[in-house]
Amino acid sequence: MAETTSRAQQVPSNRLSPARKQCRLALRRWQLYLMLLLPLIYIIIFNYIPMFGIQLAFKNYNARLGIWGSPWVGFKHFQNLFKSAMFGRLMYNTISLSLFGLIAGFFPPIILAIAINETNYPKLRKITQLVTYAPHFLSVVVVTSIVMQLLSGTGIVNTLIANAGGNTINFLGDPKKFKTIYIISGIWQGVGYDAIMYIAALTAISPELYEAATVDGANIWQRIWNVDIPSIMPTAIILLIMSTSKVLNVGFEKVYLLQNSLNQSSSEIISTYVYKMGLVNTEYGFSTAVGLFQSVVSMILLVFVNTISRKVTETSLW
Amino acid sequence: MTKQKIKRSWDDRLFYILDTILLLFMILIVILPLMHVISVSLSNSGAVSAGKVLIFPVGFNLNAYKTLLNTKSITTGMTNTIYYTVMGTVLNIFMTIICAYPLSRKNLPGKKFILWIFTFTMMFGGGLIPSYLNIRNLGLLNTRWAMIIPGAMSVWNMIITRTFFMNSIPDELIEAGEIDGASDFQCFMRLVLPNSTTIIAIMALFYAVGHWNQYYTAMLYLNKPELYNLQLVLRNIIASTQALMEQTDNIAAAEKTAETIEVLKYAVIVFTSLPIMLFYPFLQKYFVKGVMVGSLKG
Repeated sequence: MAETTSRAQQVPSNRLSPARKQCRLALRRWQLYLMLLLPLIYIIIFNYIPMFGIQLAFKNYNARLGIWGSPWVGFKHFQNLFKSAMFGRLMYNTISLSLFGLIAGFFPPIILAIAINETNYPKLRKITQLVTYAPHFLSVVVVTSIVMQLLSGTGIVNTLIANAGGNTINFLGDPKKFKTIYIISGIWQGVGYDAIMYIAALTAISPELYEAATVDGANIWQRIWNVDIPSIMPTAIILLIMSTSKVLNVGFEKVYLLQNSLNQSSSEIISTYVYKMGLVNTEYGFSTAVGLFQSVVSMILLVFVNTISRKVTETSLW
Repeated sequence: MTKQKIKRSWDDRLFYILDTILLLFMILIVILPLMHVISVSLSNSGAVSAGKVLIFPVGFNLNAYKTLLNTKSITTGMTNTIYYTVMGTVLNIFMTIICAYPLSRKNLPGKKFILWIFTFTMMFGGGLIPSYLNIRNLGLLNTRWAMIIPGAMSVWNMIITRTFFMNSIPDELIEAGEIDGASDFQCFMRLVLPNSTTIIAIMALFYAVGHWNQYYTAMLYLNKPELYNLQLVLRNIIASTQALMEQTDNIAAAEKTAETIEVLKYAVIVFTSLPIMLFYPFLQKYFVKGVMVGSLKG
């Protein structure tokens, strides 16, 4: 702050206490605070007021009494959640979906980024980036619609299977296939986008490093292993931390859109359950409790994973 | 020495061959399903149900698209989506910029705390039910505002914009303005905004794509068909053939209906993504830029 020479500092204010100096500075800056007013009102109304609604997790919601007036019930909703037969399945589905997704989705963007970075054909490099990045912009509804259409009984995949003499498969009606469909379509949509960060890290490598490796007699495989991989590790770790902490936050939309009564046993996850309990069955208290459980566990995970990462690899979010 | 050199170049050559194969494979994996969807939407419905359409149209025609433009739910959805996208994006840009600029300035007392008020919401929120009840209490349920106001600003985009202001607008510029006696407003309007067209373009695209592809908000807060956006309409068409059959009265032959509807579904998928795909080369450039601006530590 000392190095700036705005008008605020040019005022001879040596006699004023630091607190009063700050006050004067703040008054001088009133226009900036005025600009912040609307965004602050917005964030309070749409983000902070709902936080007070979390008390519903400990209440029996009564529409007539409202959020504040409804009677307290303590941890009843949480006890019901932990005791319910659904709980184990919800946790298993949610965690397995995100862990398998995390593991299966971790390497493809890295491999793609290295392949794009190392290719000798600038045109191919450009086209690959352009094409693989495109599905990122398709909406979840479009992607799930494509998946449902291609895998339907009359879709292209079953047509090809039938032409080859096989039996048609009810892909989306089979709980065992749900995870695979979800994860593969996720990689299909996201690999190009996820690769961008890695490509950025790779292009930042100084050419001298490559030259040094070549002088030392490294072939291209060794160069990738010893130069490329280590230089994208920090990026990979940051992305891994962020996704690990989201292990319970599997996105609602895509699962909900791919879900049907037949595959429900493996596709019911916490967020879809919160939606059904809350907005379909209008059990507001219970649904809020399930959502709160999810966000508290996620926050704990984030702090935990970040601490481990900072100790082990010296890379962390904060 | 020579032996080693030959071995090395053989290794390298193998790498480049595999690399090219991999990249071509990736291109095909992404493009083939999309080509199939587009081809089906342009093909004769008989050829489609016979399984003859792979990646090129068979019996090229635009019938599905003609039907689609005569289907009321789709045209209404299109109009609504355009409305939500334009109005929403304008509000987004306004809110994001007036929030990001003050928070990018040096020596603003309390800046850290205010910034924290915003960033905290990225880590913790009320969750589905409290947010839903909040929107309901505000009387936004089943109004067009529900698609615009609750998402008036993304904190993440605000942070990216703030980073841009801090890194790309030189302090000297604003200081020079202040010495000339300009107020903070004047500095912002005359010095900062004209130099921020890049970030405004990036943000407009970020937000516009988000609005165009919005499904969640529409599904939660809209219950009246006349307010539905295109994504919601597409979903209803894919999920239930019935809904579409009732609305498309210009299909004559009863036994052909199921086949025609199938093609129509593909056409709606393409139609919904068309603007995104038309703008895509443009989008790609700016999105990559945006990701890079965002990855810089502020």
